[in-house]
Amino acid sequence: MRHHLILRVITKLLVGTIFLFALYVQFHGDYSPGGGFQAGVIMAVGFILYGIVFSLDKAQKVFPPWLVHKLVAFGVLLYGGTGIYSILMGYAYLDYTAIDPNHPSHGQHLGILIVELGVGITVTGVMVAVYYAFAARTPVLSDEDW
Amino acid sequence: MATQTTHHVAMTLADHLPILQVLIPFITAPLIVFIGRRELAWPLAFIASATSFLIACLLLSKVIGGGVISYQIGGWAPPLGIEYRVDAANAFVLFLVTGIATLVLPYARYSVGAEMPQRTQTLFYSLFLLCMTGLLGVTITADAFNVFVFLEISSLSTYVLIAQGSYRDKRALTASFNYLIMGTIGATFFVIGLGFLYMATGTLNMADLADRLAGQYDSRTVRAGFAFILVGMGLKVAIFPLHFWLPNAYTYAPSAVTTFLAATATKVAVYVLLRFIFSVFQPAFLAETSTLEIIFYPFALLAMFAASATAIFQRDLKRMLAYSSIAQIGYMLLGIALLSETGLMATILHLFNHGITKAALFMGVGAYALRSKSTFYIDLQGLGKTMPWTSAAVVIGGVSLIGVPGTAGFLSKWLLVQAALEQGYWPISMLIVASSLLAVIYVWRLVETLYLSAPNSEQPIREAPLSMLLPLWIVALACIYFGFETDITLGAAKAAAQALLAGSSGMMH
Repeated sequence: MRHHLILRVITKLLVGTIFLFALYVQFHGDYSPGGGFQAGVIMAVGFILYGIVFSLDKAQKVFPPWLVHKLVAFGVLLYGGTGIYSILMGYAYLDYTAIDPNHPSHGQHLGILIVELGVGITVTGVMVAVYYAFAARTPVLSDEDW
Repeated sequence: MATQTTHHVAMTLADHLPILQVLIPFITAPLIVFIGRRELAWPLAFIASATSFLIACLLLSKVIGGGVISYQIGGWAPPLGIEYRVDAANAFVLFLVTGIATLVLPYARYSVGAEMPQRTQTLFYSLFLLCMTGLLGVTITADAFNVFVFLEISSLSTYVLIAQGSYRDKRALTASFNYLIMGTIGATFFVIGLGFLYMATGTLNMADLADRLAGQYDSRTVRAGFAFILVGMGLKVAIFPLHFWLPNAYTYAPSAVTTFLAATATKVAVYVLLRFIFSVFQPAFLAETSTLEIIFYPFALLAMFAASATAIFQRDLKRMLAYSSIAQIGYMLLGIALLSETGLMATILHLFNHGITKAALFMGVGAYALRSKSTFYIDLQGLGKTMPWTSAAVVIGGVSLIGVPGTAGFLSKWLLVQAALEQGYWPISMLIVASSLLAVIYVWRLVETLYLSAPNSEQPIREAPLSMLLPLWIVALACIYFGFETDITLGAAKAAAQALLAGSSGMMH
């Protein structure tokens, strides 16, 4: 991809915008269309695009596979941890009132945000992990054989 | 919620037992990946499964007298919110799943260590817990859509667990892929069925569904939904003509995985079938459609004979046991088809007894696979002398599989025969006995190979390690214990049958 100047320049411009848009979808998901799942996929698209244009190695330098695996697990732990917090506070599992018992609606709002963040992190991780798993397979034909 | 906050009474730990049952293995699974240290993976997995076994015991002791425990996720009341509902029927299944998992994990430590490379072992224990989470969730939830979600959790992890057998035999990959296709079709059919029911009723809570369906049994939407659910779950149960994924999956999966799946996964699917046939749909609807008579009877009987006959001619012990599992599922379906309390009790009891019997047998097979590197009969010749402890436990399992008096397997078959006689179906009770004779043949073939044949290989084969023998003997002794001590299992099965037959009466509406 060294000679595809236009692709490289456009990608560099786009990746940042994609990340920003992912964060927008992530944190406005509670009141408008969107949420953790969509945001996670968009976020992963940024990394995957970078990987396709600048090679897998460079993408893995930015987002190393070990970190991907940790994040996949961390997102689920964040989601479950929110529920465990409400259990510890004496409420039912995932009853967000526990986060702010005096203002239940604030608690609900914050609870959704945290849980969705967990979803977003895990989905990002899973999508990137799937991309890494496929892209890291040694191809039957290398680029020079064509 | 807003109105409750000022008078909120803090829930105690005991109130949270239903959610903790699922939550503990569920949270431990990502925790193992997050910590990412191999030496911590097994201890964490074991602690999680032992804790959830304790919880299952507590839950069972609370509901065995006929009570019901309801838990509202997020504090949202059903039918809108997701409800976990524990009664005798699912508490008994929870007890089986967590009990087997807690026994399989100590066994897995050595067995998995020998059958898989080190780098995959951390993820293996994480997946094992996820699979367990899925099975527990399917069992405990009272929300029909939640059943689908947990079913997918357990299925997806099962596919990967089976594929781990590829380090021993590459055919595990195709076996896993076949199961993936069949399992996905099954899950899709199940969710299509739920879609029809949702269309007809506008609810997903099982008790609410039961109430709202009661007036609509003539609706084609409801009938189509029932058919889709039956076929979808049938694939998971491995009802006779839908069983093609099972023999390969069981044969090529790692020994510990086969043990866990054979003892729990199909049993949980049978439980879901029971729940839908007796709680969500009432027998009134079933008698009307007479599905049970036209479909369950012939296929249950076919399974009992065709699968047993196929088992006799296998050359691989593991595959033989897989076919025998399909035959045993036939007995459970027969109990359902009899549509009586005794028949239902027989199904539930057989679900448990066959679970522990097959666990003993597959654990034995795993020990043979470890020491003689093969599970073909030809390589097992004379192992009764070189591996006496393993072989003795396997014979106990085999005897229980036949249903010899004094073992767990006898009780459930006896109950099934009784249920058939109660209805006046004496030819069916004769057929049950006749198919047990087929079991005698394939178990005898195993005994002959182990004890009466000359050893095949020159190099001496050692006995399996203690960490594998101990769980094996615990389940083998359980097969005998539950053959004499009937209060627990029979009591639980009776309470479970009554809970299922009670249907939606006494539920929240």
